[in-house]
Amino acid sequence: MKMKAFKVAVPYTLPICVGFLFLGMSYGFLMRSKGFSFVYPMLMSMFIFAGSMEFVTVNLLLSAFNPVYTFFLTLMVNARHLFYGISMLEKYKNTGWKKPYLIYGMCDESFSINCTVTLPPDVDRGWFMLFVTLLNQIYWVTGSTLGALLGYVIHFDTTGIEFVMTALFVVMFINQWEEAEDHRSALTGLGCSVVCLILFGSQNFILPAMALIILCFTLTRKKKTKEEAVS
Amino acid sequence: MTTAQSILTILIVILGTMITRFLPFLIFPEGKTPPPYITYLGTVLPYAVIGLLVVYCLKDSFGSGHYAIPEAIAILFIIVLHKWKKNTLLSIGAGTVLYMFLVQSVFH
Repeated sequence: MKMKAFKVAVPYTLPICVGFLFLGMSYGFLMRSKGFSFVYPMLMSMFIFAGSMEFVTVNLLLSAFNPVYTFFLTLMVNARHLFYGISMLEKYKNTGWKKPYLIYGMCDESFSINCTVTLPPDVDRGWFMLFVTLLNQIYWVTGSTLGALLGYVIHFDTTGIEFVMTALFVVMFINQWEEAEDHRSALTGLGCSVVCLILFGSQNFILPAMALIILCFTLTRKKKTKEEAVS
Repeated sequence: MTTAQSILTILIVILGTMITRFLPFLIFPEGKTPPPYITYLGTVLPYAVIGLLVVYCLKDSFGSGHYAIPEAIAILFIIVLHKWKKNTLLSIGAGTVLYMFLVQSVFH
């Protein structure tokens, strides 16, 4: 049962493997270039395990000590996890001892796989999700540690390599688009985000965008229930 | 920043991150059914969040010197390639290589 779930999980994580090794390495490079020992990116990747926040933390560590600002900034950058959690309430049900780790390791990429994949009935969902989460974390920790260790040895122009994350989300968007019959949810997410990016700017748009997305869904749901009541 | 302050900063980031991950599960433990509204959000939000993340990745591109033109070219390329070959790894890899070529050799 374990082996079967593992074999099904691996191919789904391969693109993440490439992405995490590259991005993790660039994160490790960055930490090392700012004078941190490889132990920092390694442990931060293990215990924070939220890529964008780890990049933000590099800046925090180089600025004056400010625990309150650090705490609220973390909540804002990672607020999207609240969305993920609500989406995974059902899917993480009955996973027993695996559940705390599944929640702990719920990064963007593990979430998007575990949330969207339709498994054949003979594959154990709990083990599948555990392997997806664990493999992704291993890729990320390996990448950032390698990046820091090999920072002085490897020399090539990595400009633009961070686009791998954009490419990943674009492809996931296309995959979801083709699986879904109703494209309103995807368009709502895209539309609200673009509107808020224009209105609030790149540093502050995430929270307003989330609020607007929830507002749109709340309004369309009320309309839907009314329509159903009339018919 | 001293080493102790660095470690404390990292611990706060870990705490904040874990709050955002565990909170929904603490509010709605197993056996306690979330209200239909929350379940509804759970079914529609995943599709919206991926769109949000795409915009999040591109958030600083529009303000850069090239008005997100290299990003637009690479994304169009990814869409066409992915529709054609339907190979996730190929689409991501080729799209990234094209983008790196564009920002290193064409738009710099």
